Amino acid sequence: MGELKVIDGGGEVAVTTRLSDLLQWARKWSLFQYPFVTACCGMEFMATAAPRYDIARFGAEAPRFSPRQSDVLWVVGTISQRQGPAVKRIWEQMTDPKWVIAFGTCASCGGFYDNYTTIPGVDKVIPVDVYIPGCPPRPEAVLDALMLLQEKIQANDRRPIVVPPKLVPERAPGRTGKGNS
Amino acid sequence: MSQAVVDRLNTRFGGRILRWGEAFGDHEVRVALKDWGEVAQFMKDDAELQMDHFIDLTAIDYPERESARFDLTITMRSSGNSARIRVRTHVKDGEEPDTLSHVWAGANWAEREVWDMFGIKFKGHPDMRRILLYEEFVGHPLRKDYPIDKAQPLVPYREVGEIDKLPPFGIEEGQPFARIDWESRLAGGDNQVSPSIGVQQGQRRTLSDSEAAEQIQARIEVRMAREAEAAQASEETTEEGSGD
Repeated sequence: MGELKVIDGGGEVAVTTRLSDLLQWARKWSLFQYPFVTACCGMEFMATAAPRYDIARFGAEAPRFSPRQSDVLWVVGTISQRQGPAVKRIWEQMTDPKWVIAFGTCASCGGFYDNYTTIPGVDKVIPVDVYIPGCPPRPEAVLDALMLLQEKIQANDRRPIVVPPKLVPERAPGRTGKGNS
Repeated sequence: MSQAVVDRLNTRFGGRILRWGEAFGDHEVRVALKDWGEVAQFMKDDAELQMDHFIDLTAIDYPERESARFDLTITMRSSGNSARIRVRTHVKDGEEPDTLSHVWAGANWAEREVWDMFGIKFKGHPDMRRILLYEEFVGHPLRKDYPIDKAQPLVPYREVGEIDKLPPFGIEEGQPFARIDWESRLAGGDNQVSPSIGVQQGQRRTLSDSEAAEQIQARIEVRMAREAEAAQASEETTEEGSGD
């Protein structure tokens, strides 16, 4: 949350902050998702949504199958030209504030489907907040995207961002055990 | 068994079977376009042939062929006698073959796909609409003269400003599965996968990327030295040979 100010009233303590910060804080921890899942990335999305990776930690686990009740549109997979009007309509039906995550290479830029069938990135149709590269991305990358989105919400930053690549986990600095030479 | 089908067709239709033979593991006959529907109906109904399994119907575009632009093929099988055969015909651009959708119901959608992708209309088809693409689409994309980069968006594209897309993962980063060890492969090594996969598969001990890079460098140097030695040796032998 933004700037916190503690007021000590002699036995009773109050904490103040700005209303907008409080609102953004509430928003970033209750991201109802609308999964628009069209292709193989969906398997990785399911893995992320399953208990092992536990996106409930981020308050983002509740899927809403009505766009009117959801905050984040997950575009997961290849979007064909024929699906363009549908995805745009769904985005239009979502109430503000709303965010979009392009999950995987196809949703981000069309991937290798460079032909008449496929929209080269869903950002050609709707604005995207976070891009997740990968074919498909690992669940860790998806969680990174979710945390990036939370940071952007708190900072009220609507510039698009790409999830940066990470070190191979078993070779990350400071980690010991199998895989470290 | 499939040869028996060809023989049966030859006895029944005689000279109207234009060619027959074997290609890509299947027997194949070619008929004229006007016999297309009749031959198919006969193969389905004949007590001996019983071609009851419609497998596929598709077309091939030969834009440079002057006599007829398209090949139309149908692959079918008999569940009774396990024969499998392909029938082929030539179709000029604009010609309309008879529909087979009343012979095999499965041909209905296949013919719609051929219309969608190649622009061949079928005479008597109950529902000759596009099946995969949208009605607004102009042209037929599997024709070889369809421009390879021509998209026809239903929703106009937004103007997207430049965003900093990141370069692809380098050797020191990224995801540990299914990555080919290109450096090793280019250097003539036999390690097909990235170091971390190699460890999982027990191919070799763990190396850090910088260690791996050093080893690859060393291997390249050894090989270059060996090649230089071999070149020198061959020079010496040629000198000796000229001396004799």
